[in-house]
Amino acid sequence: MLKLPIYLDYSATTPVDPRVAEKMIPYLTEKFGNPASRSHAFGWEAEKAVEEAREQVAALVNCDPKEIIWTSGATESNNLALKGAAHFYAATKGKHILTVATEHKAVLDTVKELERQGFEATYLLPQENGLITVEQFKQALRKDTVIASVMAVNNEIGVIQPIAELGEICRDNGTIFHVDAAQATGKMPIDLAKLKVDLMSFSAHKTYGPKGIGALFVRRKPRVRLEPQMHGGGHERGLRSGTLATHQIVGMGEAFRIAREEMASENERIRRLRDKLRKGIMDIEETYINGDIEHRVPHNLNVSFNFVEGESLIMALKDIAVSSGSACTSASLEPSYVLRALGRSDELAHSSIRFTLGRFTTEEEIDFTIKLLHEKIGKLRELSPLWEMHLEGIDLSTVQWAAH
Amino acid sequence: MFAPVYLDHNATTPVSERVLAAMLPYFSERYGNASSRHEYGRAARRAIDEARQRVAHAVGAHPTEVIFTSGGSEANNLFLKGAAAALKPGVIAISAIEHPCVRNPARALARDGWRVREIAVDAACRIASADFHDLLQERPALVSVMYANNETGAIQPIAALAADAVRGGAWFHTDAVQALGKVPLDFRALNAAGVHAMTLSAHKIGGPKGAGALIIDKRVELAPLIDGGGHERGLRSGTENVPAIVGFGVACEEAVAGLSAAREHLMRLRRLLEEGLTALGATIFAAAAERLPNTVYFSLAGLDGETLVAKLDRAGFAVASGAACSAANPEPSHVLLAMGVAPAIARGAVRVSLGRQNTAEDVAGFLRALSSTVSQLHSLASASQTLAVRI
Repeated sequence: MLKLPIYLDYSATTPVDPRVAEKMIPYLTEKFGNPASRSHAFGWEAEKAVEEAREQVAALVNCDPKEIIWTSGATESNNLALKGAAHFYAATKGKHILTVATEHKAVLDTVKELERQGFEATYLLPQENGLITVEQFKQALRKDTVIASVMAVNNEIGVIQPIAELGEICRDNGTIFHVDAAQATGKMPIDLAKLKVDLMSFSAHKTYGPKGIGALFVRRKPRVRLEPQMHGGGHERGLRSGTLATHQIVGMGEAFRIAREEMASENERIRRLRDKLRKGIMDIEETYINGDIEHRVPHNLNVSFNFVEGESLIMALKDIAVSSGSACTSASLEPSYVLRALGRSDELAHSSIRFTLGRFTTEEEIDFTIKLLHEKIGKLRELSPLWEMHLEGIDLSTVQWAAH
Repeated sequence: MFAPVYLDHNATTPVSERVLAAMLPYFSERYGNASSRHEYGRAARRAIDEARQRVAHAVGAHPTEVIFTSGGSEANNLFLKGAAAALKPGVIAISAIEHPCVRNPARALARDGWRVREIAVDAACRIASADFHDLLQERPALVSVMYANNETGAIQPIAALAADAVRGGAWFHTDAVQALGKVPLDFRALNAAGVHAMTLSAHKIGGPKGAGALIIDKRVELAPLIDGGGHERGLRSGTENVPAIVGFGVACEEAVAGLSAAREHLMRLRRLLEEGLTALGATIFAAAAERLPNTVYFSLAGLDGETLVAKLDRAGFAVASGAACSAANPEPSHVLLAMGVAPAIARGAVRVSLGRQNTAEDVAGFLRALSSTVSQLHSLASASQTLAVRI
């Protein structure tokens, strides 16, 4: 029996892997010490667990554990990276920030706040496939660009930006390069020994770890400095104060360990299911994939169903848990700003669905989803006057609508 | 099996069974992102709403006054920097005994042109009212005084202090992290007296680490510390930590439900402990102040606190030599120095903080262990003295 609704929203959040939960629980109950307690075994035990987890996180992305700073999540990591570096280096480097229009709100809103504080920002518009080009990036980079921020993997359309090349350019320009990798861990290999990335944000809950924990990679060689954003007891080498949530940190460590060990085979399986879903959906007429399909993580499929009204689509698909636009902005009825930046019309943006598959997605669930989509899209279009006009061969873009 | 006795509840506490049971389903079953509109997301949103009500109810606040954060440190940072960002730089007054997560954000504000003033305390760790009133002449725009001190347990007359401070137009904040679950907190009454904001933390009251809250009077204009997505009325962005928030809610409920019985129990244990300590010749800090029922901070003449707690740990008793957060720092406690305690005595400070689970037997065992440790250290000291004389 299928459990409904079927969860196909793994980019919004993932369940905690039961193996991860099992490792976390003792740190809530019997091993509950404060890792900052230096005077007893409860504290040392917690501190040891925190340091083990730091090694596990570092291992997934091939960096030194000392380069990992714990935060409450990727949003905080992005804030710390951008505000921390912008403020630290503004006086010596300049006040220009370079980023991309399709970044997550955690980056865009932070850059906006920095603009309010007197920084100047450039937002690159990606090509129609969601990718920015190395050439376009190079041209926008200025002598006074203090920090550039480009996400590794887009949360809505799953496209992978050319991080390696961009890093080289930033290094040559003396610009701090930040990468939001919240959607990338466990989906693609990340090698920080090779990448010229200075700061990288991570989240646990997108990779089968718990919510409430994330990390920021802060490069030591060459050394990157930050203004701390949270002051207090001087935890995390003064960069981020506050009692460390041991169980969550242990969970992130275990989740990243599992990702490192299993991502190759897991991604193969998920890619196969995703491709099956894609083939199954593309049978439906007037269906468009959003974002480049080659430079893309294996678990994401973002599709627009033309001539279907977005809200009714979501209502009709209540047996599958998917998202239209990213979870963090889906409370608003605005069409996805990511799809708009790709040049999609409001109509196509509104009728888009993001399917994100994951560790616990089964073939049966994909079969069900394909069948459901055929059925529901067909039904919605039967009711749609626009679809009727389309079938009659009327080009809707030329129609003049009367206002009432 | 060797099970050490935990007497460091002001540093952190174990999660209670009920809290754990409430949290567990939100890891792997009801794991939705509260911003998602499908059933998984809505279930998470309902859980957060319910937790918000529980937290609000526990401290007499309205649910819309609760801003969830990653913990007490973040809540303190959010208030101080957030409120400061909406004001013209002026005077910020904090007590001399604040936790580093109030002291250091205040110092960071100095770079933006704020003048940081410290309010002195007396020898018993109570706000020195003459000094406080002098300071109010400078018309501070922000005042932060902790409800109860994490080291000595001294409780401040927050309502009265706030009433004085707001007459000068200040926004008044209190860090109530150590008070929650140990003394009754009523934000409505505090708010009526002039308190505008109050910090809470889950892991000090049998809840999980990773959740806290700022209770805030909505008249206070606050700039967020963390941008991106607009969660928590735009004051704290980032995917909500659903299991921790759920655990926080239940922990608040438990903390308040058993409060008067717990207070009585803890007061009885504290009395036993202090009688024993006095018999050993210990100085009990802030003894004259109204204090938390669970906290005893003491020093034994001539003995180093670090050495003492290390020995006690080996004997099976987990206590602290200072605040956990600054335990890496070998400096004597800033709290004791503010009270005018001589550095030599301050270096001997040991903090015992009891929990509801502790028993009279735990206290008796601790006193026995302490007594034998003390005589051991004294005989070592006299032996080395003798040695020194012979040499």
